[in-house]
Amino acid sequence: MANKFLEISQVGIEFPTPNGPFCALRGVDFTIDKGEFVSIIGHSGCGKSTVLNIVAGLYQATEGGVILDGREVDEPGPDRAVVFQSHALMPWLNVYENVALGVEQVFKGQKNKAEMKSWIEHNLKLVKMDHAMHKMPHEISGGMKQRVGIARCLAMQPKVMLMDEPFGALDALTRANLQDSVMEIQKELDTTVILITHDVDEAVLMSDKIVMMSNGPAAKVGEILDIELARPRERLALSKSDQFNFYRQQVLSFLYEKKGVVDFDEAKKQREVSDHAPETAEKIS
Amino acid sequence: MSTHTQEVPQSRAADLLNALGRALLAFDVKVVLYPIMGLVAFCIVWSITANRIDTSLGKFPGPAQVYEQATVLVDEHRETKQKAAAFYERQEKRNAAKLAKDPNAKVKIRKYTGKETFFDQIFTSLKTVMFGFVIASLIAVPAGIVCGLSDGIYKAVNPLIQIFKPVSPLAWLPLITMVVSAVYVSDDPFFEKSFLNSAFTVALCCLWPTLINTAVGVANVDKDLLNVSRVIKLPALTHVRKIILPASIPMIFTGLRLSLATGWMVLIAAEMLSQNPGLGKFVWDEFQNGSSNSLSRIMVAVVVIGVIGFALDRLILMIQRWVSWDKLAVLR
Repeated sequence: MANKFLEISQVGIEFPTPNGPFCALRGVDFTIDKGEFVSIIGHSGCGKSTVLNIVAGLYQATEGGVILDGREVDEPGPDRAVVFQSHALMPWLNVYENVALGVEQVFKGQKNKAEMKSWIEHNLKLVKMDHAMHKMPHEISGGMKQRVGIARCLAMQPKVMLMDEPFGALDALTRANLQDSVMEIQKELDTTVILITHDVDEAVLMSDKIVMMSNGPAAKVGEILDIELARPRERLALSKSDQFNFYRQQVLSFLYEKKGVVDFDEAKKQREVSDHAPETAEKIS
Repeated sequence: MSTHTQEVPQSRAADLLNALGRALLAFDVKVVLYPIMGLVAFCIVWSITANRIDTSLGKFPGPAQVYEQATVLVDEHRETKQKAAAFYERQEKRNAAKLAKDPNAKVKIRKYTGKETFFDQIFTSLKTVMFGFVIASLIAVPAGIVCGLSDGIYKAVNPLIQIFKPVSPLAWLPLITMVVSAVYVSDDPFFEKSFLNSAFTVALCCLWPTLINTAVGVANVDKDLLNVSRVIKLPALTHVRKIILPASIPMIFTGLRLSLATGWMVLIAAEMLSQNPGLGKFVWDEFQNGSSNSLSRIMVAVVVIGVIGFALDRLILMIQRWVSWDKLAVLR
């Protein structure tokens, strides 16, 4: 356990509301190795994005904390760059300038102008967007915008790349394309990735480890599932693989059977009661 | 090679013709016809109604009388300019003669002190409103950005804004007049005191719309964009320059347009009340003059004030189009 690359230990957060503090997370605890691809999955509103925002430093945990590479996270920074669901590209900057915004700040004094330029172009090439470098965000499609968002993130050379439902707003085909691209890039660069998702297939396909979260309030980690599928992963081949379907089944059963409830004994009892209910009904009749 | 060089001008001519054809096709008669119809209908109603209103200075002027007085005002302007030119010519001649007689003679150069024409007054008013507006904008935009960025400062400043915003400029006028005459003491003043009085009055009323709109625009910048800036760790000034300013350009310009419109209205009133030179003074002088042409001449001023107000708004819109990153936005 000691000296893991990224430790999220006993993280809890409360938000003040007019009706007193609302506890969104309590005791969220897991670790991530260097180069690992971890997905966090859960029902919407369970606080998965909150976990990501705490790791990013955009929110401050009220309990516990996050340690990245031996240092506690207490503010946002480019070593934990975020890919936002809404791509969050500056509409007044073109594709190149959007990536440059981060690069110029992060590599100030380390790279000269020419080096920065080739670094930006390299990253755009990585996400296959070098052909549209001088286009404005409104001139490119949603999938392309998200590619640029990923390039902006990668170009900051983050220790861990945080992806907040990056494919959520895309159509299925674009999403599949982008998933493959991200997997390729992750393999090439050996980036550590945390991916927030509510798509079971996406989580199983892409991850080394799936962190399944219980429903809020006071959400916590329900189960952690290691995905031991060989890489590179082919989505077509995998869809026929028993192992893939087994993992898929596992996640689905957590999400829908256990309804993300952490107290599994309680859940079991509830299920038993509902199983018996028809019998009793029959007896009475 | 030769065929190639021949082709280029041909295709250019064809392009030009095509473009012309497209423009003709795209030209919508309604764009010109409807506004003209509206204008004509207004003039008819105006002249009928005006004919029925009797005042102590005669009938209320209709479009024809107003047009006539407009041409008279133009003629008066030309005459005065000619007189002034003649005056300067005589002065030069006199001085030249003096110098020829005695090279050490003291030569006096006096300014022509004729009555200011209608067009001089327009020019004075324009200068004043722009000066006041620029001062106000230079204060209001940065202040609005600070208020938008910091909730605490906004809460501290907001009561002041809310109290001073509804104050009529005419209430400020006496105070400004006294302060300017007490503070601005100079043997060779670069600005006239009356000019400063009007300009500061305009500025005080121009502040609020820009300030409020800028603050709201800055406070409502997309959260994700702000988060991007936080993740990148942009320094405060870069953050304002690269994220906040471009994102709030539309709201800033909405504020500027409201401000300039307010400023223009305020200026006319201030000039009337304080007898500072400008269109307002022209209107007041004509009113006091009370000739049979006065009402027509005031009506000319009314139309000109309106047209200038419209033009100023278009000017800001043009600047917005030029400054804004969003060239697709429909600005109206």
